[in-house]
Amino acid sequence: MGYKNSIQLTKDKKLRHFLTIEGLPRAILVEILDNAESFLTVGEQQVKKVPLLRGKVIVNLFFENSTRTRTTFELAAKRLSADVLNLNIATSATSKGESLLDTLQNLEAMHADMFVVRHALSGASFFIANHVAPHISVINAGDGCYAHPTQAMLDMLTIRKHFGAFADLNVAIVGDILHSRVARSEIHALTTLGVNEVRVIAPKTLLPSAIESMGVHVYNDMNKGLEGVDVIIMLRLQKERMDGAFVPSEEEYFNCYGLTEEKLRLANSHAIVMHPGPINRGVEIESSVADGKQSVILEQVSNGIAARMAIMSMCMSGIAAGEV
Amino acid sequence: MSLRIKGGRVIDPANSLDQVVDIVIENGKIASVGAVPKGFRADQTIDAKDKIVCPGFVDLRARLREPGLEYKGTIESETRAAAASGITTLCCPPDTTPVCDNPSVVELIYQRAAASRKARVLCMGALTVGLEGRLTSEMKALADVGCVGVSNGYKPVRDTLVMRRAMEYASGHNLTVFIHAEDTWLRGGGVAHEGPVSTRLGLAPIPEFAETIAVARELALIEHTGARAHFCGLSTARAVNMITQAQEEGMPVTADVNMHNLFLTEMDLLDFNAQCHVRPPLRSQRDREGLRAGLLSGAISAITTDHQPHDSDAKFGPISETEPGISGLETFLLLGLRLVKDKVLTLSQLISLISSGPAQILGLPVGNLSVDSTADLCIFDPEISNTVDAKRFLSRGQNTPFDGWELDGRVTHTILDGQLVFTAE
Repeated sequence: MGYKNSIQLTKDKKLRHFLTIEGLPRAILVEILDNAESFLTVGEQQVKKVPLLRGKVIVNLFFENSTRTRTTFELAAKRLSADVLNLNIATSATSKGESLLDTLQNLEAMHADMFVVRHALSGASFFIANHVAPHISVINAGDGCYAHPTQAMLDMLTIRKHFGAFADLNVAIVGDILHSRVARSEIHALTTLGVNEVRVIAPKTLLPSAIESMGVHVYNDMNKGLEGVDVIIMLRLQKERMDGAFVPSEEEYFNCYGLTEEKLRLANSHAIVMHPGPINRGVEIESSVADGKQSVILEQVSNGIAARMAIMSMCMSGIAAGEV
Repeated sequence: MSLRIKGGRVIDPANSLDQVVDIVIENGKIASVGAVPKGFRADQTIDAKDKIVCPGFVDLRARLREPGLEYKGTIESETRAAAASGITTLCCPPDTTPVCDNPSVVELIYQRAAASRKARVLCMGALTVGLEGRLTSEMKALADVGCVGVSNGYKPVRDTLVMRRAMEYASGHNLTVFIHAEDTWLRGGGVAHEGPVSTRLGLAPIPEFAETIAVARELALIEHTGARAHFCGLSTARAVNMITQAQEEGMPVTADVNMHNLFLTEMDLLDFNAQCHVRPPLRSQRDREGLRAGLLSGAISAITTDHQPHDSDAKFGPISETEPGISGLETFLLLGLRLVKDKVLTLSQLISLISSGPAQILGLPVGNLSVDSTADLCIFDPEISNTVDAKRFLSRGQNTPFDGWELDGRVTHTILDGQLVFTAE
C-alpha cells in the first residue's frame, strides 16, 4: 500500500514520519532494531545522554492520556539531548474550542521539530502528518484502534534480544484484538520481519471480521493456540468491554483467555511472556505469571526508551537529509 | 416564448426515441418532436448539432441545506448547481432544521425555490414527527401542500410497531414511503464497511447485514401493510437480490442507488480519505458489481446524486470525526457518462435511470419528451473532456472524492418549464 510510504518515507527512502509499520520495508525495521540496540547501553552509562538531537524541540502532543508512553517518549527525547514540551490536549486548548489545526500551527510557530501524537481516533496521526509544515516529523504514539508502531518495535527488540532471529518463531497475540492498535502494529511488524507463524487468540467478539487477511491464524481456544508458541503477547482488556456484550464477565474471560501458569506450560518451555501494559492482574494475566521468570514485561519498558530513541533520531536525520 | 432545438440527437427513453430530430417548445410545453409545425417561427433557436437532447434529470435525493444549515448550502446555490448539471427536478429529504414534518416548512422551501427558479424542488415529508420515530406525522397535510412522499431520512425508525403504523397510515393516503434500510443497532458508531479495510484501519465497522436485516424487516412490513415503498441508496449486492425477489413476487417496491456507490469501494478509504466517508458506506468490489447488475436487471430503476454539500470543516479531521456525504450534483452526469464509456450502460439506459426511472417512482409526469408534457430538458455534449475541479463547483459544498478525475461530458443548456435556466459559457 504505497501511499502510506509516500508520506512516511523521503524520496530516497529514509524515514521521515513514523505512523504505521504497514508497508515499511524490512530493512528499515532492522535498522531501527540495530540502532535501538546501540542505544540500549546509553541508559547504563554514567551520563545517560547522546547529543544527536541537541537543539531540537520535540512536542509530546497527547490528545488521550497516557503516563507511561508519554514518559518513555520524554526520556528518549531527553537522552537524545532534545528539548521536550508535554501537552495534554485532552484537558487543554481543543476543549476551549480551538481547532486542532490552530493548535498545530501555534506549535509550528514555536519552531517545533517533531510531534509525538497520541489520539483516540484511528488515522489521526495521518491527518496530522498531512497537515504539518514539511520540516516537522510526526511520530504516532497510538491512534484509535489503528496503530501503535513504536510499541511494536520495542516488542520486536525484546523478541530479538531473546531469540536472536525471527524466522523460526511462533508468536501468539492474546485478547482484545478488535480494539487493539498494538495488535495491528505487532502483526505488521511480525509478518514483515518474517516469523514462522502469527496467531491471534480471542473470543470471536473481540476479533475484527477480516483479521485473517492480515496474515494470521485465528484460535478461539487458548489451550490449542498456545501449543508450540515461543512468544505470548497478552493484551489489556479494557473494563468498558464488559458493557457491550463483548465478554460476559471478567471471571469467564479470565477462565478462557487469562494467562495462568497452567496454560503457560502449553507453550514451548523457553517461551517469553509480554504485555504492553498497564496490566490487569487477574483479568488477562495471573500475577505469578506477570512476575514470573518467563515474563519480560519490565524489559519491554527499558527497551521502549531505546526503540523510541532510534525511531526519533532516524526520523530527524531523514527529514534533515532527504528531499520531501 | 417559443424555442426550437435544432439538429440534436434526441434520446427519450420513455418514448423509445433515439434519433436526430428537432424539438419545438411553446408556452412551457413540448409542442412537437420531429416535424416542425408549418409557419412556426421560434423566438430562439438552439443549435444542438453533435449534442444529446434528453429529458431534464430527476434526482430523488439532494440536500439543499436550507432551512437550517445555510452555511453548507442554500436553495439558491444548490439549485443553481443543479441547473448547471442538467437536473430539472430534485427531491429534498426531510432532515432540514427544523424538520420538514409540517406544512409551514414545505411552504417555506417551495417559496424560496420559486424565487430562485432554477429547478423544480419537491419535498419529501417526514414519516414521523421530528424524525424521532415515535409519532406518525400529519401525512395528509404534508401531501396537500405538495410533498411527493414520506421518509425518515437517515434516522431509520427503530420501533417496528411505529414503522408498521407509519406504513399503514401512509398507504391509506396513497403516499410512497422512502426508506433508508439500516439497522441502527448494527451500525452503531460505524464509519466503514466491515471487511479487510475496516480491519486494517481499526475503523468501527458497519456490516453488510446492517442493510439486509433492515431490508428484510421492511419487506415483511410492506407485504403486510400493502404500502408502496422505495428503498433509497442500496449499498449491498445481497440487498439488490432481496429487492429483485420481492419484485418478482409482485410487491410494490422500487430502489435506487447513489452514483458514487457505482464507482468507489471500501478500498478508497485506505488512505483515511474523509471525502470517501459516506452513508451507507462504500462496500466491497462484489457489492459494487451487484449494484451495477441491479441497474441492468431493472431491480434498481434510478440513480441519485445523494447530494450532501458540506462546509470544509465538516470534512476536516480524523475520518470518524468527519460528516458523511458527497457534493454530488456537478459530477452526476459526468460519472453517468463514464458508465456508458465503460460499457456498463447504454446512453439510453443511463438517461432512463436519471430521468424517466425516478419520475416513475415519484409518479410524476416529468422525465419524458412526450408532446404536451412539461418542457424540462437537458442538452449536453458527451465528448468534451474535463478535469473535475471542486473549487469551481457552483454548489457551496466542494466535498468530493472525484476531484481531479478526468471525465467526459458537459451540459450546454438546461430548460425548465420551457425557460432556459442554464447556458454554458
